[in-house]
Amino acid sequence: MKMHLPTTSYHKGGYSSIINLNGIEKSFDDIKVLENISISIEKGELVSLLGPSGCGKSTIFNIISGLTPQDSGKLYIDGTIGYMQQKDLLLPWKNIMDNVALPLTIKGINKNAREEKVKKYLPIVGLEGYEKSYPSQLSGGMRQRASFLRTLMASEDIMLLDEPFASLDSITKSKMQLWLLKMKSKLNNTILLITHDIDEALLLSDRIYILSSKPATIKKEITLDFNMDNKKERLLSTKTLKLKEEILKLL
Amino acid sequence: MKKSTNIDKLYPVLSIITIIFLWQIIVDLNNIPKYILPSPKDIALALKDDFNLIMTHTKVTLYESFVGFIFSIILAFLLAILMDSFTIIKKSFYPLLVISQTIPTIAIAPIFIIWFGFGTLPKIIMVIMACFFPIVISLVDGLEKIDNDYLRLFKTMNASKLQTFYHLKLPYAIVHLLSGIKIAATYMIMTAVVSEWLGGEGGIGVYMVRAKNAYALDKVFASILVIMVVSILTIYIIDFLGNKLIHWKTKKKGV
Ligand SMILES: Nc1ncnc2c1ncn2[C@@H]1O[C@H](COP(=O)(O)OP(=O)(O)OP(=O)(O)O)[C@@H](O)[C@H]1O
Ligand SMILES: [Mg+2]
Repeated sequence: MKMHLPTTSYHKGGYSSIINLNGIEKSFDDIKVLENISISIEKGELVSLLGPSGCGKSTIFNIISGLTPQDSGKLYIDGTIGYMQQKDLLLPWKNIMDNVALPLTIKGINKNAREEKVKKYLPIVGLEGYEKSYPSQLSGGMRQRASFLRTLMASEDIMLLDEPFASLDSITKSKMQLWLLKMKSKLNNTILLITHDIDEALLLSDRIYILSSKPATIKKEITLDFNMDNKKERLLSTKTLKLKEEILKLL
Repeated sequence: MKKSTNIDKLYPVLSIITIIFLWQIIVDLNNIPKYILPSPKDIALALKDDFNLIMTHTKVTLYESFVGFIFSIILAFLLAILMDSFTIIKKSFYPLLVISQTIPTIAIAPIFIIWFGFGTLPKIIMVIMACFFPIVISLVDGLEKIDNDYLRLFKTMNASKLQTFYHLKLPYAIVHLLSGIKIAATYMIMTAVVSEWLGGEGGIGVYMVRAKNAYALDKVFASILVIMVVSILTIYIIDFLGNKLIHWKTKKKGV
């Protein structure tokens, strides 16, 4: 697979935040949704936002991607963003190939090059052979995976994933989670992930921000610095269990 | 399932046959003269005798209808894109468009004939006036109804206005546009015929008026029959092409 492997080792810990939110506030119709949100993400990190439904997680993503302006606070982004929204938002009149390749089309990449690129990734997300199918012919989980791949096509730099695996069955879900880790270690991209699933956050993340209910504030920041080379083993670790208990108490 | 729909289609055919049969019997039994009510047989004979002439006139009507129809679509696209891009234009023109529908087109057709003569031009303008409105309104409404989340998706991909229009707005609006186009298709031939009544050199409407003035009601009925067949065919073709355009909508689950 021809991916952009990093030629030099990246400086972890070398202060190089790629996303920085400082004291972000946001209200909708005088109802405060975000209160003093400060988040800092370094290049190559995988960070999860974990919080109750309706607390304002998607709003944070909308602010980072520039879709929604914040009321106050500073925002700093260094890189291009691929944003996978909560809904799959596939275009019903385009087949899966054209849907996934859409960001490449918009970037002006020619048909052959973009189809070649998409074809490489389709088997990984289990959509090989569905290039010519239309979204209405696919299951919810398949559409979500297509949407995921489209996000990767939009940017291999920063990925904002809003509950990317929410509608998948547990087998496909864990396959996708492990693939995400593999892909990430190859691309060394930066991923910010929203999830409801504590186990998912514990498996995937380098750090987790726990958010309170509306208005969202950052309740706690958890750094997961164990089993970094093989995150799969975390599932068996007692540390994970303890952290899970701690998070459950917070939520 | 399929069997019952085939039988369902048979019912209207049977009723038409029955009506034609009754019509023939009533005319025959009562000796109704041809200039009051021609029988189906008279109409068929008139159609056969005058077929070439009727076709020559029909071609003129079809030409007026389709030129007007195509122009309506082009104009509707131009105005809809302008209205979608500039709110000011939309606010200024949308109400005017609605008001314009209260203009009695039949009443202003003679004015067009004074201005543009007895040729095909005034008829084409009349067809445009009838077809333009449903097309432009359906297109504008379609463009307006686009899910905001999709627009945001295109924004995050840094799509240009033109790219957003081509990949998102246009295909989205086409479903709505088709309903407007179908309405326009039912109007167009009728409008062309009615404007021909008011004066002209050719067209099935002109033929009808001449036949009526000669009390040749069998020919009038024959031309009505031709208009019906032509209209049905037109609507069918446009419907067929439209469904091709939105083939993705009818795709079923399970590849
Ligand atoms: N554009 C908007 N206008 C008004 N209110 C909004 C808007 N967007 C979000 N909200 C409100 O802000 C709050 C947070 O919404 P948000 O979608 O960010 O929550 P969330 O944490 O992503 O929820 P979920 O887990 O259900 O996806 C909600 O109460 C929602 O109603
Ligand atoms: Mg959300």
